This record gives sequence, C-alpha cells and structure tokens, in this order.
Amino acid sequence: MIQFDRVSKRYPNGKDALSKVGFTLPAGQLTFLTGHSGAGKSTLLKLIMMIERPTQGQVLIDNQNLNGFSNRHIPLLRRKIGMVHQNHQLLFDRSVFDNVALPLIIAGYARADIGKRVRAALDKVGLLDKEKLNPIMLSGGEQQRVGIARAVVNKPPLLLADEPTGNLDPALSEEIMDLFKDFARVGVAVLIATHDLSLIARYNHRLLTLREGRLIHDGDESGEAHGA
Amino acid sequence: MAPNNTNKGKGNRGTRSATPIKPGRQKAERPRRVAGAHSAQTSLKDRFISWRQHHLDSLRDALQRLNAARASSAMTILVIAIALALPAGLAVLLDNARAITRGWDGNAHLSVFLDMDISEARQRALAEEWQGTENITRTEVITRAQALAEFKALSGFGDVLEALPDNPLPPLIVVFPDSTDPVTLRALENRLGEADDVDLVQLDVEWVRRLHALIELGERLISALTLALAAAVVLVMVNTIRLAIESRREEIVVVKIVGGTDGFVRRPFLYTGFCFGFAGGLTAVILVQVALWWLGGPINELLSLYSSEQSLTSMAASSLVILPLFSGVLGLLGAWLAVGRHLGDIEPNF
Repeated sequence: MIQFDRVSKRYPNGKDALSKVGFTLPAGQLTFLTGHSGAGKSTLLKLIMMIERPTQGQVLIDNQNLNGFSNRHIPLLRRKIGMVHQNHQLLFDRSVFDNVALPLIIAGYARADIGKRVRAALDKVGLLDKEKLNPIMLSGGEQQRVGIARAVVNKPPLLLADEPTGNLDPALSEEIMDLFKDFARVGVAVLIATHDLSLIARYNHRLLTLREGRLIHDGDESGEAHGA
Repeated sequence: MAPNNTNKGKGNRGTRSATPIKPGRQKAERPRRVAGAHSAQTSLKDRFISWRQHHLDSLRDALQRLNAARASSAMTILVIAIALALPAGLAVLLDNARAITRGWDGNAHLSVFLDMDISEARQRALAEEWQGTENITRTEVITRAQALAEFKALSGFGDVLEALPDNPLPPLIVVFPDSTDPVTLRALENRLGEADDVDLVQLDVEWVRRLHALIELGERLISALTLALAAAVVLVMVNTIRLAIESRREEIVVVKIVGGTDGFVRRPFLYTGFCFGFAGGLTAVILVQVALWWLGGPINELLSLYSSEQSLTSMAASSLVILPLFSGVLGLLGAWLAVGRHLGDIEPNF
C-alpha cells in the first residue's frame, strides 16, 4: 500500500529530515512509526500526504509513484488516505454529521448515499446518537472518534494517524486502538505515528523507528526484524 | 438517488484492498489512474449532481455568512454601492444632457441679415429661392416690422424704440440647415454671405458645439471615474475576501486534508465576492433612483425654464440589471484575486 524507496528529504534550510528511508507497508497491516520529535515522523507523513515532496527517492501509494503527480492530482491522492490528527482538526461551526460528511461531499457522493455512509461511520465509532451535536460539546475521546469517523467514512485504503492517543487516558487509547485494529482487519493499511511507548508496548505490531531521519529499526516491538 | 451507481462503487472497493502490490508495474503507473479509481467510486452523474449541489451550497453559504455578519456586510455593500452610484448617477445625468441637446440640434440655424433698403417682396423672393437648395431644409422670413414687434415684446425696450424715428432692425431670413456638421455649416455661411443683398450671416451653433465638447469631456471624465471606482470595488473585495479566508483558515486546512480540490475551496469565496458585488450594485441602483427622485423636481423645473419639452429620464431598464451584474463581476474578480493570492498560503501542517 505504501512503499518508500530510498527516500530523502532535505528542507530548504539545509536540514536533512529523512535520509534514504525505505520500507513497505502492505494492505491490512497496522504499523507504528516512532522516534523522538524531530526524528522525521511528521516529514514522513507529509510525504505520504504530498504536503512535502521528497528530495530524493520515490514514494509509492497504491502502486502509484507520487513523483509523477502534479499538484492538481494531490486532492485525488488525499481522498485515498484517511488522516487522524492529534488535535482532531474538527470544525466547530457545524454538526458532527456535517464534519464526517465533508470528505464525501468533496468526493462528490450522492446526497442519499452520504447519509447512509456517515451513519455507518458514526455507528462504527459508537457515536450514532451524537450526529446532531456540535463537536465542541463532546469529550476529547469522542472528538477523536469523530475524527476517525471522518477519516474512514469514504473507506480509504490507507489510514494515517498522527499521535491519535496523545491527549487520551489509557482506557480511551485502547478504544481507539481497537478501532484501528478493526480497520486493519478489513484490509486497510494503518500507520500510527506516536511516541507513546507504553501504547506500542501493549500491542505487538510492526514498529518503524526513526532517529535523525534514518530508519534504525523495522520489526515488531520485541526487536525481531521484519521482512526486508 | 441512483442506487446502481453506488453499488458499483462498493463492488470496486471490495476488491481494492485485496489487490497485492505489484512492484513490476510501478514505473508504468501514472496519475491518471487516480482519476480512474476515483470515478469508479462515484459515477459521473453523481459527481455532476454533487458539483451542482456544491454550487448551490456555496451560494447559500455565502448568503448566510453575509447575513450572519450583517453590520459589517452592510458596510462593505454600502462602500461598493457608493463607489458605483457616483459614476452611474453622473452617467444618467449626462444621458439627459445629451438627449436635451439632441433636441437643440434641430434648432441650429443661420440668421441672414439683409441690406436695410431691400423690399419685403425681394426678401420673400430670396427666402423662396434658397429654400430647397443644398443643405437648407427650410427658411423663415422675419420682416422688419415683425422683428420690431418681437423685439418690443421680448426686450422691454419698447418705449425706447418708439422714440426712434426709423425702425433700426434689418430684414432677416432664418435658414435652417439639414446638418450640424461644422464644415457644412461654414460652407453654407460663406455661400449665403456672398449672395446679393446679404449684409451679414450669423451662425448660431457655436454654443451647441461647445456644449457637445463639454459633454464629450464629461463622458471621458465619467469613464475615468468608473474605471477608478471599479478598481476600488475590486480592491475592497480583495481585502474583504482576504479577511474571510483568514477567518476560515482551519476549515480550508481540513478541506485540503480530506482531498478538497482548489476549486472546491475557492468556490464559497467566489460566491461571497459575487454576492457582495451584486448586493452593492443593487444598492447603487437604489441610491441613484432615490437621488434622481430627489433632484427630479428642480431639474424638471430648470428644463421647462429652458423651454425644453424634455423631462428628466431615469436609468434605463437594462441598467437596472446590468449594474448589479457588472458589480457582481467586479466582486467575483476581487474574490478571485484574493483567493489566488492567499489560498495557496494555507497548507495543512502537522
């Protein structure tokens, strides 16, 4: 689903954010991405979202080389990627329903279809009864689940999460993780960037570790190397 | 709505995630496939309906936002209205001036004063002779006696004239030319001046030409004013939309993250610009009409004093529609410029 082939990113200020990073994420796998702040996690996510472009190497999403994408194609790429943010990035000037419906409206789904899909997504995260509320009235955990519903409502093949449990207590984190595992089970490639080591330790998933822009570890939490 | 299309979409999605990565095909992959995959998710018909829906939504959203910030919207609209009402109002007044002088053009004439000693019969014969010749539509004879009577009645110097031994006024033939072209008139003036028994030819159109020149100057000034104020409207809109973009920064970021195209992001702002412009233009029409109503009484009185049959005409019906539309386009242009300049600055970050 995602393929990084010797990807390097150097910012205009001369800082090397990523150096020759290479890995492959297959569909249906849940993978953690970790590293200290400044290790390159955000840059890696930005390259996938095409917020930044690599200086060297190539990124492939769904077998498509992003180097061949013009800016015009970026929106279409992003529709294949569900993105969950630490700060939820919800819009407080509209209801939960409208927040979740946004990707569908953008992608041009039919009205009747939108209602069905939004409710299915809200049902999945257990917030079906809150669709009419403003997200500001929800708790942090609920807001995060609205964010997840929005990320998955158009069933993207790839789900990215940036510190999804950053502000949540362990019980809520577990709920969120269960959701992510469910999505991986139905074939979604899930990449969770986090520095929450206790979260990583609790689940035995594949772990990518970045340090100063280099991929220094690729395997499960126990340290066993994952297939090259 | 169109359940068949959505079924097709679901089918595609089922196979999508099971597709294994085929490294061998990487090079051949081109972005076009993104569009292909996308249109498989939502049919063209759905996308068209949704596109149209988004236009309607954008328009409604723009109007709602205008209404939500009523006071500041009203200010912006009034600024636009005043900027446009000024040239529009002046243009209406100028139109009136032009219509009036068109009436006066017909009155352009040459006064041909004859020698004092010719007979009335000779005077009439000359008038008869000129009538129908080149560039002359008709002639009018004013005998010395008629001239005296008219002068007495109009000038108020009747008593003085009574005291004179002779009638001092010469016989006069008024010649009405068929054109107001200066060259033709000059030629006609020369021709009549050279005729026998003619003392003096006086061309009475100088002031009409001066007026024409003034009106032309007025037109130029209004054009320049219109250009300057239209630019002002555009700039006002650039600033208004820039602020609107700034206040909706978060929304723009989210829309971009979930795959909104630039067009999708741009649309509500363009509608906002158009709505501001249109509302401003409509208000300008009202301002002009109110001003004309206010000025109508005195102006009509003035016109009647100049013994014109014209009365003040208000804006043409077409302008009532054209002005708001023109203004709407200006608003749209301003919004377009603002969006082009500032939307690119807002990119997702995390």
